[in-house]
Amino acid sequence: MPLTQEDIKRLQEKAKDIRKTIVDITFTAGGGHIGGSLSQTDILVALYYKYLNIDPKKPRWEDRDRMILSKGHGGLGWAAILGEKGYFDKTLLKNFNKTGSPFGMHLDMLKVPGCDASTGSLGHGLGIAVGLALGAKMAGKKYRTYCVMGDGELCEGSVWEAAIIGAFHKLDNLTAFVDRNNLMIDGPTEEITQLDNLNDKFASFGWEVLRIDGHDFTAIGGAIEKAQTIKAKPTMIICDTVKGKCVDYMENDYKWHYGGLDSDMRDKALACIDNYYAKA
Amino acid sequence: MAEGMTWSIEEADKLTQAEVYGRVLTQLGEKDPKIIAMTADLAKSTKIGNFGQKFPERFINMGIAENSLFSVAAGLALAGYRPVVSTFAVFAALRSAEFVRTDICYQNLDVKIIATHAGISFGQAGSTHHCTEDIAVMRSFANMTVIVPADGIETGNAVAAAMDWPGPVYIRIGRGFEPPVNTTADYGFQIGKAVTMRDGKDITLICCGVTVLQAVRAAKILETQGLSVRIINMHTIKPIDKEVILKAVMETRRIVTIEEHNVLCGLGSAVAEVIVESGKACAFTKLGIPDQYVIVGYPEDLYNHYKIDADGIVEAVSALMGREIEADENWDDET
Repeated sequence: MPLTQEDIKRLQEKAKDIRKTIVDITFTAGGGHIGGSLSQTDILVALYYKYLNIDPKKPRWEDRDRMILSKGHGGLGWAAILGEKGYFDKTLLKNFNKTGSPFGMHLDMLKVPGCDASTGSLGHGLGIAVGLALGAKMAGKKYRTYCVMGDGELCEGSVWEAAIIGAFHKLDNLTAFVDRNNLMIDGPTEEITQLDNLNDKFASFGWEVLRIDGHDFTAIGGAIEKAQTIKAKPTMIICDTVKGKCVDYMENDYKWHYGGLDSDMRDKALACIDNYYAKA
Repeated sequence: MAEGMTWSIEEADKLTQAEVYGRVLTQLGEKDPKIIAMTADLAKSTKIGNFGQKFPERFINMGIAENSLFSVAAGLALAGYRPVVSTFAVFAALRSAEFVRTDICYQNLDVKIIATHAGISFGQAGSTHHCTEDIAVMRSFANMTVIVPADGIETGNAVAAAMDWPGPVYIRIGRGFEPPVNTTADYGFQIGKAVTMRDGKDITLICCGVTVLQAVRAAKILETQGLSVRIINMHTIKPIDKEVILKAVMETRRIVTIEEHNVLCGLGSAVAEVIVESGKACAFTKLGIPDQYVIVGYPEDLYNHYKIDADGIVEAVSALMGREIEADENWDDET
């Protein structure tokens, strides 16, 4: 079922709230991976508020859909969603990054309910997702596995190992995303190395490849639903996104991979987000 | 099958470590449908392929992709399976170290690793295929249990015990040509409890893996020289059996450790940590591979070259027996 206008409005409201929470956490935490948290937001909001078959009251329910955030540095943005979904008391997020807190920059599945795998080291998530999807097939389980990767992490050879084995096992219960914001820590991906053409790369590895605007809920929903119909191969949804999305002074600036905010910057960022959604 | 045993193989004392674990794992797989065997293009070399022949639907060959071997294993464990992963030690412990550490140990998942061709057992292959660093690496990973079985029978025991042990386990074995030490399997193998192979009061040899046999041979020679030699098979490096070490310090006051591993950070270091923390005087020597890359050769020749064979142990014991130590008169009061 394609998303209705009502769905899209609801998802946009959630995305706005999550983006504002990301700004708030970045402020209280003394810094955070805000750029990539903002670029991934719409993908995760679509999953968590429309498509994932999950129950926040039963975070270890064995038939739940799995979500692996392979770009683990997006943990700040992921935690904002898990808290809002009710996996834990979201007021705990004021302790993000604080000593002894369950919330470090990269979420720990043994400490954070709703976190299906501890990620942060890049190039690990797709392999874990392949294992989960393969396990589901072997056990005859119907759950789906989703994996959200960064584009910079595609430099890691292990991603391509996992891509080979995922296609070989015909994992049509696996949908992965690339948050293609074109930036890594040191600068634009294509200036540091050559990642493009990602469509051809994944297609040649045997994946169904879809390319969408990663900030357009109609496109995100359409791609997720299309992936559910693909048989005998996994799907890679390459999402063109903007690092720092919705905050004008952060957008497309690699220096906002990680950063801190003073109260003026926070207020300006929150105003940008309000302004963006007022126009939408 | 002897009482308390979960596996039984005829003439296991004549089989190699790899052959035994392949068969034991297959027996365990019959009882536990959650066991999955995995490798990276080394099904035949590691003998984990035995499991695959019996249970092809529960056997995953990744191709030559050792990093993802461990992340996919982690995913399967998260899906409720119990993966047993086998590849060469140099790939498990070094190439894939961060995948083992982050995906398996950090998440404390039920994944067992059987690392073959460890140490210098693949001596002719050169240092790309030697692994004299794996005990050091693996024992530094929180949540990891590290076992170095002495022979085929003990490998069978270790694999069976590992499947009843929570969390990640690293089992280190050789290439498969190592001669046996044990003649029967029902000697009460327990993870974390060393086996005293023979008692003695003059000196203690603490060994693991292939050096257990060398220690047994050395003890026979030393016996003819009038020495009473204790042999401790420290098959579990982590958690280490502190009690047996302290008892040896107290009762023999002279200890030699012998390992087929870099002399830094392995068995000898683990034993030394226990001794030093006890604060008790003890004449102590670590035998192992010096901190260098090993020459090419047949394993038996290399054990001799690096003085971790019976002759080397005898030489080290003789030197250590001549060393004076300051006995601690208050031992009994403090322990």
